[in-house]
Amino acid sequence: MSITKLGKIAVVGLSAAWIVGCSTTASETDSSANSAENTESTDQAFGAGEDDSLTSVIIADDAANADENGMSMLDGVETVFYFDFDKSIVRPESREALTKHAQYLVANPDARVVLEGHADERGTREYNMALGERRAKAISRYLTIQGVAASQIESVSFGEEVPLAFGHDDNSWQQNRRVEIRYEK
Amino acid sequence: MKKIPLLLLFCSLLFSSLSRAQLVIEITNGADQLLPIAVVKFGNEGTEILPDIAQIIESDLKRSGLFDAIPRNVMLSQPTKKENVFYRNWRLLKADYVLIGSTKLLSGDTYEIEFELLNVLAQKNVQNRESIKVRKANFRDAAHYISDKVYELLTGVRGAFSTKILYVTAEGDKASPTFQLQVADADGFNPQVIVESKEPILSPAWSNNGRFISYVMFRDRRPNIFIQELATGKRQRIKSYKGLNGSPSWSPDGKKLALVLSKDDNPEIYVLDIATQKLERITNHYSIDTEPSWEPDGKGIIFTSDRGGNPQIYRVDLVSKSVERVTFEGELNTRARMTPDGRFLVTVQKSNGQYNISLQDMKTGRVQVLTETYLDESPSIAPNGSMVMYATTHNGKGILSVVSVDGLVKYRLPSAAGEVREPSWSPYFK
Repeated sequence: MSITKLGKIAVVGLSAAWIVGCSTTASETDSSANSAENTESTDQAFGAGEDDSLTSVIIADDAANADENGMSMLDGVETVFYFDFDKSIVRPESREALTKHAQYLVANPDARVVLEGHADERGTREYNMALGERRAKAISRYLTIQGVAASQIESVSFGEEVPLAFGHDDNSWQQNRRVEIRYEK
Repeated sequence: MKKIPLLLLFCSLLFSSLSRAQLVIEITNGADQLLPIAVVKFGNEGTEILPDIAQIIESDLKRSGLFDAIPRNVMLSQPTKKENVFYRNWRLLKADYVLIGSTKLLSGDTYEIEFELLNVLAQKNVQNRESIKVRKANFRDAAHYISDKVYELLTGVRGAFSTKILYVTAEGDKASPTFQLQVADADGFNPQVIVESKEPILSPAWSNNGRFISYVMFRDRRPNIFIQELATGKRQRIKSYKGLNGSPSWSPDGKKLALVLSKDDNPEIYVLDIATQKLERITNHYSIDTEPSWEPDGKGIIFTSDRGGNPQIYRVDLVSKSVERVTFEGELNTRARMTPDGRFLVTVQKSNGQYNISLQDMKTGRVQVLTETYLDESPSIAPNGSMVMYATTHNGKGILSVVSVDGLVKYRLPSAAGEVREPSWSPYFK
């Protein structure tokens, strides 16, 4: 990853403007066929988030190139990304892992991800639905800037409805303000 | 003899009957000037033990915060007919009004309930003896009907005791709860499960006549808006789009649904004509626009937007589409609802870091914070405009609470199990 590219991403990541939409197509989403599988894979994603470590996992560029198309390039890469209160700015510590996801998606144009945005319990529920989506779209934008096709990404919000932590304190709220990347099979 | 078809109808609804978490009323506060009333135990001409109608009426009236009930144990007699009422005795007990009545089995499980309200000082009827016919299973409904009568006769305001509430519960393992949409009487009794799901349910709302409801339910990890007929359980899923599908709100004529979609990238308010399925975009701004709610006259929609930086309440005119800001006090205001007379706006306001229910006078602009509980949200106004039900957190648990629009009366509806949230107070049933 070049330094200039990182710099550019940082600027865009901090920008509050919303330009890129991941999808504008209407659809009937009665896709009950794949529901069982989805539920399973997402439960695993929730499990991954519980360790609450924000440290990026660094994979050497060489290793990534050697195994460009395999899912193994994402081994150990963070799938949960956290946000500040009432904010939807991608944090600097999220960038490294997000870049790995972007590289994988670019190398695998058939791969699809759902970005599931979440909010903490404060504030009203439908506003938090909007806030969760805004966070998912911040991640989406981060990925598309690195070359991921918009058609590979779907942003969904769960608002405050699916918390990871159940306390009514700063620590729980922080764990709940998040976006989870879920790969669709 | 008068019938109350609506109440009877409601009890024959096709709900699944999982009724474990009944809500219990606790009055935490009261108004200063209370109307003293004696609700005398109703007579029972048969031998069968019947539900205590007078007890239900008494707690209805007390819960309104406007009445002081004379305790039964100080009553010198329990008359059930006017000729047995000694006004002097009731004057001694400082009762201004006395409600008496009796119950008689007609046939099968159908009863006749008679009642009359007496003015102690004037020594005459406030209203003539009235008779209603009711099935035994509907005694609570009959009691609420009588409460409504008494309330209206003595306050001049229509009672809302016969109304219903919708709310969402989350029970079981916190990491994988079961969500239920329930309907109950306004006093929390007779809860019935309408929908149950392992995926989130939110934003329940009533149609103008109380026949239909709408709500958001996730399916395959995506939100969908549903419309459901209460009596039949017949359900329709509104065409859904990528992204948000939320905040359904019925127009005052019941023909349209305001909702939030982010299909064109960011959350915007749309109006869906239910019959024609025509979708009209109402707002157009790159910020979050959400939580639409119709003005009572149907001319405009109030909604939450963070277009000014922090979320505040705005109003969009449905003809001109012009938008104006409505709230200015507090760090933020969200999820506004308007009283049926259009006089007051109720919002969730954040001030000094606390989320509370606030009331804004639309004429004077005066703002009053009504609650001081923790993480208050989802205010819903009774159809007579007297009370606001809302969700709050008490001892780390989601419960429902009620506050009067003057802020003087407060009571809680704690649940036996699980989290209770998102109350939606029904309109009057038509």
